[in-house]
Amino acid sequence: MNYLPHTLRDIDKALKVIGVASLEELFADIPAALRKPEMDLPQGMDEVALMRHLRELAKKNTVSGPNFLGGGAQRHFIPAVTPHLSMQSEFVTAYTPYQAEVAQGILQATFEYQTLMSELTALPISNASMYDGASSVAEAALLAMRATRRNKVVVSQGVHPETREVLATYLQAFETSLVELPLQDLVTPEVAVTGDTACVIVQNPNFLGSLEPMLALAQAAHNAGALFVAVVDPLSLALLHAPGHYGADIAVGDGQTIGNPLNFGGPSFGFMVVTETLLRQLPGRLVGQTTDIDSKRAFVLTLQAREQHIRRSKAKSNICSNHQLTALMAAINLAALGPQGLRELALGSVKAAHHLAESLQAVGLEVLTGPKFFNEFVLRSSLPPRQLRRELAGQGIHAGVPVPADYGLGDTVILSTTELTTAKDIDMLVSAIKQITRDRALEVSHG
Amino acid sequence: MDDKKFALGSSNHDFPLIFERSQAGRRAAQPPKADEVDLGELLGAENLRQTAARLPEVSELDLVRHFTQLAQRQFSIDGNFYPLGSCTMKYNPKVNEEAAKLFSELHPYQDPATAQGALELLYNLQDYLGEITGMDAVSLQPAAGAHGELTGILIIRAFHQANGEGEQRRVVIVPDGAHGTNPATAAMVGYEVVEVASDKNGEVDLSAFKEALGPHVAAVMLTNPNTVGVFETNILEISRLAHEVGAQLYYDGANLNAVMGYARPGDMGFDVVHLNLHKTFTTPHGGGGPGTGPVGVKAHLRDFLPVPLVKKEAEGFSFDYDLPRSIGRMRSFYGNFGNLVRAYTYIRALGKEGLKQVSAMAVLNANYLRIKMKEIGFNIAFDRINMHEFVAQPPAGLKTLDIAKALLDYGAHPMTVYFPLIVKEAMMVEPTETESLETLDQYADILSEILKRAENDPDYLAQAPYHTPVRRLDEVKAARKPVLRYSFSTD
Repeated sequence: MNYLPHTLRDIDKALKVIGVASLEELFADIPAALRKPEMDLPQGMDEVALMRHLRELAKKNTVSGPNFLGGGAQRHFIPAVTPHLSMQSEFVTAYTPYQAEVAQGILQATFEYQTLMSELTALPISNASMYDGASSVAEAALLAMRATRRNKVVVSQGVHPETREVLATYLQAFETSLVELPLQDLVTPEVAVTGDTACVIVQNPNFLGSLEPMLALAQAAHNAGALFVAVVDPLSLALLHAPGHYGADIAVGDGQTIGNPLNFGGPSFGFMVVTETLLRQLPGRLVGQTTDIDSKRAFVLTLQAREQHIRRSKAKSNICSNHQLTALMAAINLAALGPQGLRELALGSVKAAHHLAESLQAVGLEVLTGPKFFNEFVLRSSLPPRQLRRELAGQGIHAGVPVPADYGLGDTVILSTTELTTAKDIDMLVSAIKQITRDRALEVSHG
Repeated sequence: MDDKKFALGSSNHDFPLIFERSQAGRRAAQPPKADEVDLGELLGAENLRQTAARLPEVSELDLVRHFTQLAQRQFSIDGNFYPLGSCTMKYNPKVNEEAAKLFSELHPYQDPATAQGALELLYNLQDYLGEITGMDAVSLQPAAGAHGELTGILIIRAFHQANGEGEQRRVVIVPDGAHGTNPATAAMVGYEVVEVASDKNGEVDLSAFKEALGPHVAAVMLTNPNTVGVFETNILEISRLAHEVGAQLYYDGANLNAVMGYARPGDMGFDVVHLNLHKTFTTPHGGGGPGTGPVGVKAHLRDFLPVPLVKKEAEGFSFDYDLPRSIGRMRSFYGNFGNLVRAYTYIRALGKEGLKQVSAMAVLNANYLRIKMKEIGFNIAFDRINMHEFVAQPPAGLKTLDIAKALLDYGAHPMTVYFPLIVKEAMMVEPTETESLETLDQYADILSEILKRAENDPDYLAQAPYHTPVRRLDEVKAARKPVLRYSFSTD
């Protein structure tokens, strides 16, 4: 398959119009030494063979069975209407809405997205989306450094380890001191913030599932003139206090939980919502409301003087494409769920998590997070975390995100529940872990 | 709902926002039922939200109407010819979407033993993209073209630092026709940007280039063919000169669609390449992303790539985190996997011969449309055989913006306008290979009609468009007093 319309007659006709004798002549500018590389690639396929091949590949994956995997991505209910509406051709195959007159669909939907994210985070200004949660945190740190003209970034160890890695990658080109705040009892301690700090970055709920003292941490940051960056799961904001409520200057995070499929980790989208004072420092695209020459309400990309295609080397960030379609999917999903539906998702997730934790404790296992937590917590494992995950997978259960060793918690895993977790799923997991733990104990005592 | 906001597709009223369609008590989706509990006990009273977010409350049909009507207010490749230069708005095959669905339920942290199909796909895609570009190793992690650029420049920076030349090399050279992301990326990484001029043929001016070069240069960023659609015929000389002073050569892959199977950046001497899978490899643009920007490097830079890569061993495929000199991670997990599936599907559908045919037809179409536009009175900025795109200028006295707006009434999307900056009133046209000659003829006919109408009625162009969902917008108003979210009447 090649999706080309050209017949041999078309090619002849076009060559004649152009005034060349052959297709090869069109490539005459390419030096002979470079011409016609041998590419070692497979032959093309027809659609039947292609889909057969892809199904064969997909069969080598297992996705069925109870799923307790979290750690930055969770399987949630997405109503059928969400993918149907967001995957309409007009949205999927549109370009960035530079020609506003014929892009009101994307532009208005993005304005609605900005409003929804502003409502969820209780902060006024949302951009049109970012790549993912991790790169949004890195961009938030850069924003804070620009806004405060300070070069120290303080990040809690409770922020997702991969996010902290991305932050370090982004900051390596700056004269920044990146300071990590180690957790105490799985929570960020309230430490003194020094006067050279641009921002303090804290994730709530944190990577280990704990709820952080966001109000106190925000105050500590502000007392030193630093910005407070809250990294949040947008779904949690149905029940938990929002960044604007505890004085965060910047809310960032990954939007996967509010309407994107797992996709093996991407694409989802990142979001960034800020206070009024940070508007002109914001990276990425922004949609604003205006009117057309007939005085009709209309939407347009605005404040583009911050961006790379206008400012080139003076831009606030090099970000060009954001993640519009996955953000649109979330906007549609939030509208489909409404306030009640979103609450039900969050509530179902929280209840299942507490039910699971209690059930595990009831069979003598140790839950390290809590007692207050949202929908993820840390469980002590009787065997190395990757091995536990593999043994559970062998029983058809996806569970056990390994907690990295540098948290100093020994062999531990993160468990996660959502509104899709059933009582039967929980029974299955508890008895599987119980069995694995018992076998392990026998092995050790006989070993 | 007040009368002004009530619209059943009527053009006399504002199109309503989803918030204006909301009625308390309505709902669409129905998640599993969850009875209320004492949340203070589970979450801590001090952590609870006191005021709910004001999400819209609509029925499922209200929701469907709203977003279907919004879609109808939108141009797209599937509905309209979209010849945006440097954006490669080619057809996005439907089978790609079906393929992506087969993998959408995979969790990034599931046991890799249960995701061998996904890992095999990633491993092979690393390999294919390396083969197509002539590079030795590929990271699939970057989430967009600009993100790939950032990755590539960080790799170059790390390489110079490892050689003890980090302090010395502080400049990145870009041609004056470069995409805006190139200088923005270099600046983001702390480099000073030096622009070199183009010569009268639209290529990098070799003498200006030589003058800018020196031991202070970290990298040279080029697009080839460049943004005026011209192949840099001196590329081997440019590469030799850059490497002579120890600089690394960076390939912006935005225009790779012109040369697949005809030439490879790796053979041209490039050390780092980023690709835009949403351009050349047909993953959808999505109204502005998600893009995907894999980065390929030559062997001497492999150790600096982001982690993880995917490796193949006797016991199967796995993630490889063992790159001690890696720049680190650029995003969470493994990249925009869903798009990587789409690009893989496209490459497998076309195969080696198909990809070459793509470039041949892309170049054929662009040259054909160049001749057609020249015939009806447009000036061609560098009038020679071009590659996949070319830059035109309107006849004297006419503004590019006005012609672009007039095109909208005909259901045709404008070309890229006012870029590259080095050509006045630039119109950068890239028809792509998936368009038929009839479509190109129609586009030329429409342009011709617009020119004639402009001649007869000077005011016509300045007012266009007339029949689009909204007409020309007051952009100054939008920027002067930004309204960036909906205000509820109770605010």
